[in-house]
Amino acid sequence: MTGSLTAAEIAAAVRARQVTAGAIVTAALDRIAAGDGAVNAFTAVLADTARAHAARVDGILAGGGDPGPLAGVPFAVKNLFDVAGVVTVAGSRIHAERPPAARDATAVAALRRAGAVLVGALNMDEYAYGFSTENCHAGPTRNPHDRARIAGGSSGGAGAAVAAGFVPLALGTDTNGSIRVPAALCGVFGLKPTFGRVSRAGVVPLAWSLDHVGPLARSVRDLALAFDALQGPDATDPVCTERGPEPCAPELGRPLDGLRLAVAGDHFARLATADALGALDRVRIALGVTREVVIPEARRARAAAMVVTACEGAAYHLDDLRARARDFDPMTRDRFLAGALLPAALYTRAQRFRAWYRARVLEVFRDVDVVLAPATPYPAPAIGAPRTTTVGGVEVLTRAHLGVFTQPLSFIGLPVLAVPAAGAGPLPLGVQLVAAPFQERALFRVAARLEADGVVAAPVAR
Amino acid sequence: MTDAAAVARHADLTAATLDLAIAADHRDGVLDHLTVLLAASRLFMDFPLPDETEPAPVFRP
Repeated sequence: MTGSLTAAEIAAAVRARQVTAGAIVTAALDRIAAGDGAVNAFTAVLADTARAHAARVDGILAGGGDPGPLAGVPFAVKNLFDVAGVVTVAGSRIHAERPPAARDATAVAALRRAGAVLVGALNMDEYAYGFSTENCHAGPTRNPHDRARIAGGSSGGAGAAVAAGFVPLALGTDTNGSIRVPAALCGVFGLKPTFGRVSRAGVVPLAWSLDHVGPLARSVRDLALAFDALQGPDATDPVCTERGPEPCAPELGRPLDGLRLAVAGDHFARLATADALGALDRVRIALGVTREVVIPEARRARAAAMVVTACEGAAYHLDDLRARARDFDPMTRDRFLAGALLPAALYTRAQRFRAWYRARVLEVFRDVDVVLAPATPYPAPAIGAPRTTTVGGVEVLTRAHLGVFTQPLSFIGLPVLAVPAAGAGPLPLGVQLVAAPFQERALFRVAARLEADGVVAAPVAR
Repeated sequence: MTDAAAVARHADLTAATLDLAIAADHRDGVLDHLTVLLAASRLFMDFPLPDETEPAPVFRP
């Protein structure tokens, strides 16, 4: 059995009892065993518990029950999600010393309730602070489309596991772009929902006021099925919305009539390669978009997001930075230490700027429903690439610059769906579909149209 | 704060205040990242905001 089946196809076949969840999960475990040595997406494979959960799904069906809309779908999670009985390592040596989690994170439990079967935990940048998943403890995750290149990050294992066809569905987190960057570089779909739309309870934080949970998948329908299972209130996450779920799967296939589309100019058209801007242009042309809008002061917003992330991340890790800084990954340690040294005035000003910027951007969304923007400024850099690179004649930090287009959007919690758009070369690129808060349904309508028209697609990497 | 010596003085004093020992072989990397963050912060620190603009997070009792 190949890894090209979508979650929707698997669930339909399992629910119709054409195949057992056990057989599906065994096939996924076999794919991981055969292929992950070259990719390094997984840091833990939970074969025994996966087989047991699959047997439970099959048992429910045998008894005439309904195991849920994701029946028998294998999934994996970034290793900062709590999984009952498993140590939540969060890409670190330090958290690896902690005891196993007592219960599943809310998002993991939600997918399991929907019938999905967890098969493992996935590699990431240490404590989610990075865009490359070149983790010094677990080794780098390799891009399934070119194993000499990064998978992106910080949910790099999630992007790679889905792109390689190991699992059709994965969970990641996104503080500054950590779902959208690996989705783009690995050529899969990724959703960063509205801030607070999906519970973060049971997830190791990077920056409390910016962290989001979301799914990655190889089809728009799979992404919608996962999001519909995930969204909704959770009293155990203090920022989780009290709004009820607004299902997106029923929106797929709805015409785009009435949706006002535009492309983001200014900041989002600079400091990117022609390849990245070309991918955006193909999506723009396919949708017939001629209008351009400006997200005001996006460059300043990105800077403020960097400072908020550094300050909050350092605050969370301060005790370990004092006691055992040498045990951090060198890729994150110096940045967390620098964050601890930032004056409070900068953090407070960044949060005040955030409120101002949010109000201005919401004004833009009075006249437009979905905005298109590039996901990353270039395709996946090489593993171990030099610290800086030149783009548009300007020297930038190779890894940090991957977030230049994602950070101004997550900074104010806008929902963003990253769609995979082929570049001119062999490497994938992504385009962000951006909406006003809680308007995920509009994003899914546009993404489904692009997928149906063959403009975007996420084939398993060969 | 753009002067490298001033950034280093700030880092050393703040680290001491926080009881945060920065190893000698980590110091250059920390100062590099601190310099990047301080340079970025000028983009919003210099931006005029209305007096009534409050920080984004809202505490709900």
